[in-house]
Amino acid sequence: MSAPRLTVPSLNVDGLLADPAIRIVVCCGAGGVGKTTTAAALGLRAAEVHGRRTVVLTIDPARRLAQSMGLTELDNTPRQVKGIDAGQTGGELHAMMLDMKRTFDEVVEQHTTPKRAQEIFANPFYQAMSSTFAGTQEYMAMEKLGQLRAGDEWDLIVVDTPPSRSALDFLDAPARLSRFLDGRMLRMLLAPARSGGRSMFSLVTASFGLFSRAVQKILGAQLLTDLSGFVAALDSMFGGFRQRADQTYRILQDPQTAFLLIAAPERDAVREAAYFAERLVSERMPLAGLVVNRMHETALDGFSVAEAEEAIERLTAEGGHETAVDVLRIHASLVRQAQRETRVAAGFTEAFPTVPATSVAAQPADVHDVDGLRTIGALLA
Amino acid sequence: MGEHRNWPERLHVVTGKGGTGKTSVAAALALGLAAGGRRTLLVEVEGRQGIAQLFGLDPLPYAEKRVATTSGGGEVRALAVDPEEALLEYLDMFYKLGAAGRALRKVGAIDFATTIAPGLRDVLLTGKVKEATTRSHDGRRVYDAVVLDAPPTGRVGRFLNVTEETARLVKVGPIKTQSESVAALLRSPMTAVHVVTLLEEMPVQESLDAIGELTALQIPVGRVLVNSARPPLLPAGRVTKAEIKRGLVAAGLPAAAATVSQLAAEAQAHLTRRELEQSLRMELTEMGRPVVELPLLPDGVDRAGLEQLATHLMRA
Repeated sequence: MSAPRLTVPSLNVDGLLADPAIRIVVCCGAGGVGKTTTAAALGLRAAEVHGRRTVVLTIDPARRLAQSMGLTELDNTPRQVKGIDAGQTGGELHAMMLDMKRTFDEVVEQHTTPKRAQEIFANPFYQAMSSTFAGTQEYMAMEKLGQLRAGDEWDLIVVDTPPSRSALDFLDAPARLSRFLDGRMLRMLLAPARSGGRSMFSLVTASFGLFSRAVQKILGAQLLTDLSGFVAALDSMFGGFRQRADQTYRILQDPQTAFLLIAAPERDAVREAAYFAERLVSERMPLAGLVVNRMHETALDGFSVAEAEEAIERLTAEGGHETAVDVLRIHASLVRQAQRETRVAAGFTEAFPTVPATSVAAQPADVHDVDGLRTIGALLA
Repeated sequence: MGEHRNWPERLHVVTGKGGTGKTSVAAALALGLAAGGRRTLLVEVEGRQGIAQLFGLDPLPYAEKRVATTSGGGEVRALAVDPEEALLEYLDMFYKLGAAGRALRKVGAIDFATTIAPGLRDVLLTGKVKEATTRSHDGRRVYDAVVLDAPPTGRVGRFLNVTEETARLVKVGPIKTQSESVAALLRSPMTAVHVVTLLEEMPVQESLDAIGELTALQIPVGRVLVNSARPPLLPAGRVTKAEIKRGLVAAGLPAAAATVSQLAAEAQAHLTRRELEQSLRMELTEMGRPVVELPLLPDGVDRAGLEQLATHLMRA
């Protein structure tokens, strides 16, 4: 059999990377499918082959991959990647790693006075939320993307989405955070602060009184004091937060953005990609295509896998030819794996026959240098 | 029944990088430990409904539901812990909230409480796991073992380090007491954290990082479970085209030069991969934890595959 085929229109990666109207490529998918590598390979190709001034925003790259792009520290600033071959086209590749806490701090600083900002930074709730809140990373990735786009300094921004528990968090987290900051609970907590703040829970409803008593009992009064301080401090920034989140969301819906679903040929990863495709369609986000990484393939066409398996049995029974038997075993398991992977990938392509797709052949060794990224980029195109 | 000879701990926490098959391995461990008339509980905490998908069931409710039976009348039950439900259950247990609990949910208090303080969320999840692990009925333990399909390696340290996270926010009260008792269980010999990995660079690196982190937190690390390990082929580590050609001819297969070259290239790629795998295996062994290899399942992970993994695990 030959290389695994996906029975849908082929994804034109070069067309996408060369299109001056495309300004943002978002790579999303489950954890462990090679999102960061794909994002980096796309960025490199955009710079080297298509001459675009490109920045890759990565969230949590593997150490060696980060080093290969010259990213040695998490400093939240794009750094130019040296040693790329863009002499002909004049493109540039820059890369940065997201510093979630620093990005959050910057947002706070932009939306409030220096004094207020210091109060917020000192609050234990802010410290917990800015470093561990489930969703902060996604929200801050969106915020950083918004900042990069607003600067209009880049031809193309390639975003590697956070390694979420579920790829959907990436779409939901910003909305959840802004809903949270604008929620009923916060308004309740704020009510006493607004009315002069003598006792923070004196003027609220009966059910809330019960809540506050329960919270006092369970968590202690210090926590309520910290919480009310945090909430009061955030109050001044509500509008700004909402506006930013909405703005970024609209950019994502705009045709200047292209979403690429990244998957590995495994059941879970493909299922995740399918959920994500449904969500993108329902949110009217521009879904450009699917990339299936690490597909196995074989170019052998002399005999079928069944013939190979028969030969293994016969030679094993007769004895001798141990090396040839092992070579045939390697081949047969490769074919079986390729067949299984093609079936798994078909789970997606049959459900979304109009979404273009491409596959990248599995590499014998992991990618952690610019040459390796270039190879992946060529396989993608 | 009591403890299993090879797996004496009562709480088995299974972590691993995304894509390494940690849910399958956790399920296989729960199946293996349930053999011979035992009862185990398989718990998930991330709302992924991975257990239901693995066993081909409808999404699991917040209840302990039987998902498999084993030899000798044993059974595996499964539970998908939802932090909101856990908080309500917890409040109810200590404060008899009743209708007030529902009112809390209506105003969004539960969502608020579990969102604003991520540490609180983890205390609730691990608290539920602890409760199931130590639960007894008529003086007998309800579960012979509990297997937790934990968050991935990148987050597992923070998830299990509940006291530290809650102490930042909560200075007194029952949540603090609760988190301290969970922390005590997690640091006791009753618990082992097993790390699932593949013989690939990134999963191995994350496994090493996680083992280092857990060790620093004094949380006992159990075994390193290498998933999808390939059978050892070509023991000599090299192959010639002449050997391949002779074998093909002996088997009556076409042996054109292109065919032989292609097979040689595939064998070479396999050897390259194996060399890398061998150095990764060494890195894992150097951590000083027992390493167990689980075979690659050619037909994917179905019930028969889970049984096969369970057999391998129980032998180890």
